[in-house]
Amino acid sequence: MLEVKNLSMRFGGLLAVDQVTLDVKEREIVSIIGPNGAGKTTVFNCISGFYRPTGGKILFRGQEIQGKPDYKISRLGMVRTFQHVRLFNSMTVVENLLVAQHRHLNTNLLAGLVRTPDYRAREKKSLERARYWLERVGLIDLANREAGNLAYGQQRRLEIARCMVTEPTLLMLDEPAAGLNPAETRDLDQLIVSLKEDYNVSVLLIEHDMSLVMGISDRINVINQGRPLASGTPEEIRQNDDVIKAYLGEA
Amino acid sequence: MQDLLYFSQQLINGLTIGSTYALIAIGYTMVYGIIGMINFAHGEIYMIGAYTALIAITGLATLGITWLPLVLIVALICAMIVASSMGWAVERVAYRPVRGKHRLIPLISAIGMSIFLQNYVHLAQGSRNIGFPALIQGGFLFGSPDTFQMSLSYMQITIFITTLICMSALTLFISRSRIGRACRAVSQDLGMANLLGIDTNRIISATFVIGAALAAVAGLLLGMYYGSIDPLFGFIAGLKAFTAAVLGGIGSIPGAMLGGLILGVAESLTSGYLSGEYKDVVSFSLLILILLFKPTGLLGKPEVEKI
Repeated sequence: MLEVKNLSMRFGGLLAVDQVTLDVKEREIVSIIGPNGAGKTTVFNCISGFYRPTGGKILFRGQEIQGKPDYKISRLGMVRTFQHVRLFNSMTVVENLLVAQHRHLNTNLLAGLVRTPDYRAREKKSLERARYWLERVGLIDLANREAGNLAYGQQRRLEIARCMVTEPTLLMLDEPAAGLNPAETRDLDQLIVSLKEDYNVSVLLIEHDMSLVMGISDRINVINQGRPLASGTPEEIRQNDDVIKAYLGEA
Repeated sequence: MQDLLYFSQQLINGLTIGSTYALIAIGYTMVYGIIGMINFAHGEIYMIGAYTALIAITGLATLGITWLPLVLIVALICAMIVASSMGWAVERVAYRPVRGKHRLIPLISAIGMSIFLQNYVHLAQGSRNIGFPALIQGGFLFGSPDTFQMSLSYMQITIFITTLICMSALTLFISRSRIGRACRAVSQDLGMANLLGIDTNRIISATFVIGAALAAVAGLLLGMYYGSIDPLFGFIAGLKAFTAAVLGGIGSIPGAMLGGLILGVAESLTSGYLSGEYKDVVSFSLLILILLFKPTGLLGKPEVEKI
């Protein structure tokens, strides 16, 4: 579904990403791990269209997308989160989910003014979808709170719900467990697995929490100083000498 | 008693002017809230709204149509349509190509657009004052004729009511409609809105169109209130409305409404009790004071640095 081939990203004299290759298949959870500053987020930014990569190819469902603007890429069914939560803080929880469905809605001003049956039907449908996802992530009782007032773990779950109402095929999560306590991390763990199993979504994950990564990933890619270091199943990665060196330092 | 009447008179005058400042200020504040630029051509859009209304009124008069409600509604609709198209076009031509560049570039572009529009109207309509027919005359008088009489004209009442309707409609639109919802999302995080598939260009255009339509309403109202317009009509009003927007907290719609009213009342009280020449001194001093003690303006939220 997603294929990244020899991706490179250079900022002036700094080669932040050097020849990274990875792929994500249908219904697969793939993780990118590596020490801080390894270039993981830069890879994400290239895939999602924030940066125009300086080398390599990115194919999403057969289409080359490298260098395309972010909004076009997102419309192909790829959606991402960021290391820090980026909700629309002064909007309510349910509004956050409704606005994410904006492009599926008829936004014709006239239709809105006279509230045509089609307009109302779609509004109702998007509200139902929002309600479904709020129940799914356990935020239904907080639907009318301002998103900025939620607890941090709730904001993280709302962010995932907001991604899911756009009906993506690939979900890219940048350190979703950052700042969560162990119980919240376990909930997140189950949520991500269920997204794959119940909703057929592929997930590309950047994460530092090793128990989460090892527990749910189908495959793992390790990056170190911008270069691919290893890739394979969690078991293979756990036993890879290079990976152990990069993480623990050489003795 | 007389003092009270005098005070009330100043208050009414101030609220009249202030509510039109507020209508114009909304255009500044919405655009700033969404793309963080100051649309210095907004005062000109307002001026063009006033001219269009005048042309429509004159046109209807030559056709022999003088039934007041019809004339006002047609003039209002024409002014809103022309000003909105102008607002839309200005954004497309002068701001979109330089969006995301260094902050000063859109600012210069806006000033250029403002000069262009002023001169265009100079050429097309002449630079002299043009009389604006006082379509709404009469009013109520309070107090005895020998001393001070407070007047509340029908024109002032019209201004209050129209402003109130516009403000309520805008508030409903922003809080309830899909486009309003998207406007709020874009103003909070344009990049994220983009990623979620919202057509942010369209939302930005909508902001310009709404701001311009409200400015056109103010143009018609103030044209009738002052009784004459000229191509520089938008300059001072634009400056005042911009001040009102900053005073109330730029980016905040309720702030623009409040800022407009405060500025209008402050000016009118100064003219009434001190001297008309001091009114600008007082209103800009007020701005400086508020910015000193509350840099975000009265209802503005502190800007969180986006990373």
